[in-house]
Amino acid sequence: MSLLEVKDLKVRVEEREILHGLSLTVNPGQVHAIMGPNGSGKSTLSHVIAGKPGYEVTGGQILFKGEDLLEMDPNERAAKGVFLAFQYPVEIPGVTTWNFLHAALNAQRKARGEDEISSPAFLKKVREVAKSLNIPQDMLKRGVNVGFSGGEKKRNEILQMALFEPAVCILDEMDSGLDIDALRIAADGVNALRSPERAMVVITHYQRLLNYIVPDVVHVMSKGRVVKSGGKELALELEESGYAQFEDAA
Amino acid sequence: MNVVAKTETGRALGDAFAVVRDRLPGKGKIADQRREAFEAYERLGLPHRRIEDWKYTDLRALMREVLPLAPAPDAAALARAAAAIKLRAIDGVRRLVLVDGAFAPDLSDLGNLDKGLSIRPLRDVLDAGDNALSVQAIATDVSNPMLALNGAMATDGVVIDIANGTVLTQPLHIVHVASGTAPASMFTRSLLRLGRDAGVTLVESYLAGEGAKAYQTHDGLIVAIGDNARLDHVRLVEDSIDAFNISSATVSLGAHAHFNTFGLTSGGHVSRYQLTVTCAGEGSKVETNGVNLINGKQHADTTLFMDHAVPHCASREIFRAVVDDRAHSVFQGRIIVRPDAQKTDAKMMTRALLLSDDAEADNKPELEIFADDVTCGHGATTGALDESLLFYMRARGLPEKEAQALLIQAFVGEAIETIASDALREVAIATAQRWLKARA
Repeated sequence: MSLLEVKDLKVRVEEREILHGLSLTVNPGQVHAIMGPNGSGKSTLSHVIAGKPGYEVTGGQILFKGEDLLEMDPNERAAKGVFLAFQYPVEIPGVTTWNFLHAALNAQRKARGEDEISSPAFLKKVREVAKSLNIPQDMLKRGVNVGFSGGEKKRNEILQMALFEPAVCILDEMDSGLDIDALRIAADGVNALRSPERAMVVITHYQRLLNYIVPDVVHVMSKGRVVKSGGKELALELEESGYAQFEDAA
Repeated sequence: MNVVAKTETGRALGDAFAVVRDRLPGKGKIADQRREAFEAYERLGLPHRRIEDWKYTDLRALMREVLPLAPAPDAAALARAAAAIKLRAIDGVRRLVLVDGAFAPDLSDLGNLDKGLSIRPLRDVLDAGDNALSVQAIATDVSNPMLALNGAMATDGVVIDIANGTVLTQPLHIVHVASGTAPASMFTRSLLRLGRDAGVTLVESYLAGEGAKAYQTHDGLIVAIGDNARLDHVRLVEDSIDAFNISSATVSLGAHAHFNTFGLTSGGHVSRYQLTVTCAGEGSKVETNGVNLINGKQHADTTLFMDHAVPHCASREIFRAVVDDRAHSVFQGRIIVRPDAQKTDAKMMTRALLLSDDAEADNKPELEIFADDVTCGHGATTGALDESLLFYMRARGLPEKEAQALLIQAFVGEAIETIASDALREVAIATAQRWLKARA
């Protein structure tokens, strides 16, 4: 069974249709890249998969391990194993990263009928993951993302991804605002999480990121649809010729 | 029809005062003072919305009448009070308990008083004669009807004296418990005099015993902080959900004195806390902070009057209100900087979080500045929880109410953090968490 299946998805925001019948099938172990110009609907797709309010699904469906994802609250989707790494992770003053991650992990475990994880066990786990991502301990004591640099915020997203061990990771413009060194650290973190059971959907505007996270499948989105799919060479082709050819095709 | 009802209510209380007058402690000057105060109350009546200070808290509409005086607690009432106290016990404090408006020695810790600390029931002080202390203890402001009524009717309270240079490490905790099962009023008045270079932490809390519901608490606190002395004050209102709590505190600071106060209101149907702070000595410092956590049809009003009478004083206010359902939060903060009070540094920041469309928060900051070399400012915001933060947290697996709870805790945290004592900060956090848990 495919892990994530988007079928003929139509989405509106405030009376304007953004996605006009988008389909996508992601199997375990695969890394899919979704590329496309600004306004093609890439971020809308990621938001709808994660369950962000404000989007009206007018047609089609999203299945996750065969279950109807659109029927679930965002927190249920997270507990089932859907993870969205945000393009712009929010700052939450007054809620320490440590507390937030512990509460979130336990909420997910509770939703799955698992035992809660104790503070010492959690501490150990977070420390290990933080170390591998070069995240200093004191960052965990600060408010979530408060005062973090762009690179730190993205690393914090990957930290969460590693901690929650989701089945599908949607990475929304992970490269935005990162310099080349920060990008490499973030990409290494993502690559370390690749596994035969886990799938990733990497949304990006630029081919550059795909030098670090090498995809199995590349999709080109334009005007709310997937207009072309292919192997990783499709990304290089795009880098050469640009998106203009597809804008006409759509 | 209404007019008749009010007149009847007024007459009923007037008759009640005539009846209880002889039972109230204090003769001579004290009795005269009480009569004047009661006459002032009768003249003014229950405050209503056309009086500017009471614009948002119209007691004529909300409370309608002042209930008759509660009878002294019997053994059963004291037992219910003891059970309520146990549920909210704070470790390491010296507890002083008032049940249904009467000092309860058996529930209070009066043993092994520290050197320099004196604690007496107000009734004993008033019965001892009309000396300066008793006059001060029962002092009232005849322009404020509720304060006047409190002075006229106060049956008991605690009078605490802390000698010059005495710094107490053990907090004092005045617990007000309503334990009568029939609706009635309690009138209490307490006095704290803190000597020069002295220091203490005072906790006040308001609780209900089982079966105590639609009662009225009318409490007054008078505090004099001596030169270079420090008072830390934490006030927790956890009254029954049908109760009224109309209280005031009048605080004056000597030179280089420091007053840090924090109030948390989560209980009561209607509460009004009127805090008047006067910087009477140069170089004094005041921090008044508070949190309202209210829902249902609760109404909670904190009205602050910060009086900068002398130069070189600083005051800070941080106030946070979290308002759910159809509840109504009021914060009025008036800062006056008198002509001589140069180099005053006064700042006030109030924020309200509305959790429902029907919730209401009124912030009324007022600055009256008569000196020209001062730093004064205020800010007020009202808003809902940030949807983008909520979505982020939910996308990480937190159910909506849990995500809201974390954000609300962070929102009130800034005010709670101002509590100096770690242990009392934990008590305030636990109280807030109880409220959040009840909501989930």
